[in-house]
Amino acid sequence: MFDLIGVPPQALFGQLLLGLINGAFYALLSLGLAVIFGLMNVINFTHGAQYMMGAFCSYMLLTYFGIPYWGALVLVPIIVGATGIIIERLFISRLYHLDHLYGLLLTFGLALIIEGMFRKQFGSSGLPYTNPIPGGTNLGFMFLPYYRAWVVVSSLVVCLGTWFMIEKTQLGSYLRAATERPDLVQAFGINVPRMITLTYGFGVGLAALAGVLAAPIYSVNPIMGANLIIVVFAVVVIGGMGSILGSIITGFGLGVIEGLTKVFYPEASNTVIFIIMAIVLMLRPQGLFGTPK
Amino acid sequence: MRFSARALLAAAVTAICAGAGAAQAQYSDGVIKIGVMNDQSGLYADLTGQGSVWAAKKAVEDFCKATKCHDKIEVVFADHQNKPDIGSNVVRQWYDVDKVDVVVDVPTSSVALAVNNITKEKNKVFLVSGAATSDLSGKACTPNTIHWTYDTWALANGTGNAIVKTGGNTWFFLTADYAFGHALERDTEAVVLKSGGKVLGKVRHPFPGQDFSSFLLQAQASKAKIIGLANAGGDTINSIKQAAEFGIVAGGQNLAGLLVFITDVHALGLKTAQGLIFTESWYWDTNDANRAFAKEFAAANKGNHPTMIQAGVYSAVTHYLKAVHELKSDADGAAVVAKMKATPTDDKLFGKGSIRPDGRKIHDMLLLEVKKPEESKAPWDYYKVRATIPAAEAFRPIDQGGCPLVKK
Repeated sequence: MFDLIGVPPQALFGQLLLGLINGAFYALLSLGLAVIFGLMNVINFTHGAQYMMGAFCSYMLLTYFGIPYWGALVLVPIIVGATGIIIERLFISRLYHLDHLYGLLLTFGLALIIEGMFRKQFGSSGLPYTNPIPGGTNLGFMFLPYYRAWVVVSSLVVCLGTWFMIEKTQLGSYLRAATERPDLVQAFGINVPRMITLTYGFGVGLAALAGVLAAPIYSVNPIMGANLIIVVFAVVVIGGMGSILGSIITGFGLGVIEGLTKVFYPEASNTVIFIIMAIVLMLRPQGLFGTPK
Repeated sequence: MRFSARALLAAAVTAICAGAGAAQAQYSDGVIKIGVMNDQSGLYADLTGQGSVWAAKKAVEDFCKATKCHDKIEVVFADHQNKPDIGSNVVRQWYDVDKVDVVVDVPTSSVALAVNNITKEKNKVFLVSGAATSDLSGKACTPNTIHWTYDTWALANGTGNAIVKTGGNTWFFLTADYAFGHALERDTEAVVLKSGGKVLGKVRHPFPGQDFSSFLLQAQASKAKIIGLANAGGDTINSIKQAAEFGIVAGGQNLAGLLVFITDVHALGLKTAQGLIFTESWYWDTNDANRAFAKEFAAANKGNHPTMIQAGVYSAVTHYLKAVHELKSDADGAAVVAKMKATPTDDKLFGKGSIRPDGRKIHDMLLLEVKKPEESKAPWDYYKVRATIPAAEAFRPIDQGGCPLVKK
């Protein structure tokens, strides 16, 4: 069998698949960010903390109420989404008339506060969460845990569903119209502030859903979101701020590129996404799928 | 009248004592200031963090009781966020402005190596409990530093030897890509090769990491019997969790956690962690003194039990205070460390021990195995002690570390 720069092709297939799995998380998280930014023009730095809240919330449901993973999958996005709605009503809604930067600083501060509170309560080393679908299957070139397959499939379904809802349905057209001309849409009798609140809640719910999906495979700890959020922001920037489809495709794509870096030069696997971001910003400042403003 | 005369006498005695204390001890700025620096908010916060601060304060309290509190002692703390630049800034500020006399703990080897240099330059004292790299008592040793609790060589020696002896003779390393990981990998590799084993490959992952599946897959492909995890804290937790998910242990390969703390086992749960073998220098459930300490610690730290690092902080601060008390001065860091080296160590947690000229504190190490869920009788009852590695064999021989302080 031929080797590709010292790596057997079988191992390469495995790494590609793994990259796709990690990309599923990036896609799901960056999708939430893109929805919030695209429709509200808010750079939501609390996103990582909300992802973490999703994981913790599923832990708490299991430990305190005995509600298993599958229940959490439905309940957690609703619960955490509701906290998002409260945050939007109490804080973020007061900043819409100001520059993006204020929203960014506010949400960043909120993220630090939320993470601090969880750290105070649960410590930093994390909590155990049992894998609901243990086992896996041997694909010949790699061992694929059933749970990871489930993550990819569910993430794809949610991503495409969201894209469809925003780009192809009437509700989505209202949302898009409200971003362009909120005054005009309001004049047609649509409650724009409520729509924006619900959009934020939905974006937060997506982050929480990613958190539930992550709980069985990553350590459930207060900083799990802080580590991820920077990468996810880079994904959104590369895809084009606010572009729904862009964030999905770049999420999966960058997962794969990162996976390949882990084979050929593991030391750079944390930085490769940022190198790509720098190149994209230089050549195409609006991002790969963004439209110049 | 009788009563007031007695009160007067008592007051006079107190004044004499205090006066005597003040006249004898020449502490810089009249106070012994202990700075605990570690990770207060990141992945090592539970195994060092506020627990180490508590341990330092407890050591001061116990010392104070024993010596009737003649010395004024203060404990301060800071978060270095696992970043050498932040750690260096804090320590410079501490030494230059805040008049801190001794820095304790400092997990994250890259930060510890930076603090090691600054401490020598300022002639203060550095007592390492958190950091692991054996270079601190090897080529980077200084007259101002003591490496207290454990080091990469001791971990490698304990765990590596035990595993190679039981047939685990081919290894693949998953290494955290910074000073600590490199040192742990190097020291373990040496043990494996010396015992007749082979290293089939290694991969260096960014620190801190989140997803290790890609690296684990490479480890799986290597067909090595043992996957050595040369990382710590959250990285180790994630590696072990994901190795279980990818069926690595079920497929016949075994994991060797080269640095595992009790807080990691707690986070993993016994179901995932059972059977892991590793080396530590201290475990709370080995004697009454340790159990009493753990009980008090747990009451003050949300039920968490102390790690060896936190116990090491207690032990190190205790010995430091003894030395300073006897010297009656904390001004000359190198002199204090020399005094500490000259005095045999003895405290309630680590028992009797000694400090070598290269700054290595010597005590027994424990080879531990994580219990099965059904074997655990109480919360935090996690370990079986498989063997005790005697102090004389537990650490790297003094002539092999390359420490310039050691006369050949």
